[in-house]
Amino acid sequence: MNGNLFRGELVRLTAEEPDLLGKTFSSWDRDSEFRRLLDDEPPCLWSAKKIKEWFEKDSYEGDESGLSFCIRTLQEDCLIGFIGLWDVEWSHGDAEVGIGIGDRERWGKGYGTDAMRVILRYGFTELNLERITLGVFGYNGRAIRSYEKAGFTVEGRMRQALYRDGSRADIVFMGILRDEWQALNGERRED
Amino acid sequence: MKISEPLFVAENICLAPIDHEKDAEIEARWTHDAGYMRLLSLEPALPLSAAQLKKRYEKIEKEQDEKKNLFYFTVRMRPDDRLVGFARLYWIEWSNAGGFVQLGIGDPNDRQHGYGTQVLRLLLRYAFDELNLYRLTAVIPEYNPLALHLFSKAGFVEEVRRRKALNRDGKRWDLLHLGILHEEWDGRLTASR
Amino acid sequence: MVNGEKIDRESNTMEKDLFRGELVKLAVDEPQTVAESFSRWVRDSEYWRLANSNPVRAFSTKAIKDWLEKNPENTRGDQFIFSIRTLQDDLLIGDVGLDGVLWSHGDAFVGVGIGDREYWGKGYGTDAMRLILRYAFIELSLQRISLNVFEYNLRAIRSYEKLGFVHEGRSRAVLRRDGQRYDLVFMGILRAEWLDQNPDG
Repeated sequence: MNGNLFRGELVRLTAEEPDLLGKTFSSWDRDSEFRRLLDDEPPCLWSAKKIKEWFEKDSYEGDESGLSFCIRTLQEDCLIGFIGLWDVEWSHGDAEVGIGIGDRERWGKGYGTDAMRVILRYGFTELNLERITLGVFGYNGRAIRSYEKAGFTVEGRMRQALYRDGSRADIVFMGILRDEWQALNGERRED
Repeated sequence: MKISEPLFVAENICLAPIDHEKDAEIEARWTHDAGYMRLLSLEPALPLSAAQLKKRYEKIEKEQDEKKNLFYFTVRMRPDDRLVGFARLYWIEWSNAGGFVQLGIGDPNDRQHGYGTQVLRLLLRYAFDELNLYRLTAVIPEYNPLALHLFSKAGFVEEVRRRKALNRDGKRWDLLHLGILHEEWDGRLTASR
Repeated sequence: MVNGEKIDRESNTMEKDLFRGELVKLAVDEPQTVAESFSRWVRDSEYWRLANSNPVRAFSTKAIKDWLEKNPENTRGDQFIFSIRTLQDDLLIGDVGLDGVLWSHGDAFVGVGIGDREYWGKGYGTDAMRLILRYAFIELSLQRISLNVFEYNLRAIRSYEKLGFVHEGRSRAVLRRDGQRYDLVFMGILRAEWLDQNPDG
């Protein structure tokens, strides 16, 4: 039985205190590039207090559709981002993965890819999903390359769904199937 | 009558109340160990924050107060009261004099020192000598051989095997129900360790 | 015929009405309706004692309705409860459902109860069980179904055996009634076992 489900090679997945989440998320949000890579909604600058209250709501934990974590580096134990599986469709065995690395010093260094590897393993060996979906913006080339490395394939595009800085961009949908993940990880499933 | 024999104290550990201020941070660390979570719970393993645990502690005491079918304890070292685990008797049905039992030692370094045996001994005495229950059930996944051994040593027998009821790490596992009747307990585990 | 191929409509499960059996259909009713029937059924103590381990009591319609409204069924992701109505007269005769769905493992507990004893032993309960099993395996894609039943409920045990459930053990002396102790019998059916016996789904 794998006891290291939450650990990768560079990062580990954690749960954090609302106070810290409020302060950290509020400061990450001030980097508009981070927000515009992550979210199609116009960035809004929420206070640490408001974000903290949101995490403290009972409904946050009761939200059955999301299984979410924070990301800390193994080496310095630094809180650098978050990752999770949302909208789990249990009877179909599908869920959507979302990731954000708030600390731009950590971009392009493999932390995101490592966290994605950990969450895929979680999705396929703890939740026993059949596939995992994600949506990424066409202008986020670095993320798309990282997801392809993790085993995702482009499945379709919502053409010109985004409009920023005077131009249009696609939302790209990618997916990975259980068999594909197992092949990548050299595992055989017992039945 | 063994009135003077303490219900909550064993050689190295004791059963104790929740410390709402201090316990949450320690237990939050344990929940970050996926191995621990997968031994204890059938729900998908998920780490918890101290804030989430504090809310759970409140729910536990509320349930204990309102439903009266739960007896929850923390497990602490003697003499410094260091938190090492939890123990509970739950889903008690008074009219049938039956219930469920579970315990957990959070830090792997604290396991296999015999503390689990001491906790179980206290729990069984509490269940049979204080609550006057007739039987107890323990639900244990087949991939938890240490727990299976601990409960068998205490006199529990395998009663139910739910075939392939669990799915983890690409394999299906059986889920076992172990049971013990009052007459099978009879103060076992008191003599030796 | 389409393009020279005969379409076997029977095997197209997407068209099957998952809620319709041979004697009964599965439905969802308003709390008031359920409460009225339920408070009548529980006055038959045998009905209660066949299905419940906690002590039989009298419940008013209002109490049941209030409880149902505070605890709406089918809104939690791990519970699917239906009313059972007869196909012939559209009579509400009981309920059947899945509870405690452990999604990541694909397991759930099934339970059925026919409140009106006029409908015991005539296949209504078995028909409802067949429907809920099909729902569990075909619509929810579960991997196994568990149940527990009191050892003195012989009719139910026989019916479950006929449906393909396998005995998995008993919790000894769980129940104390009428000065005697009774076991709680556990049974389970795996997806492969159900598919074997129900090749058409």
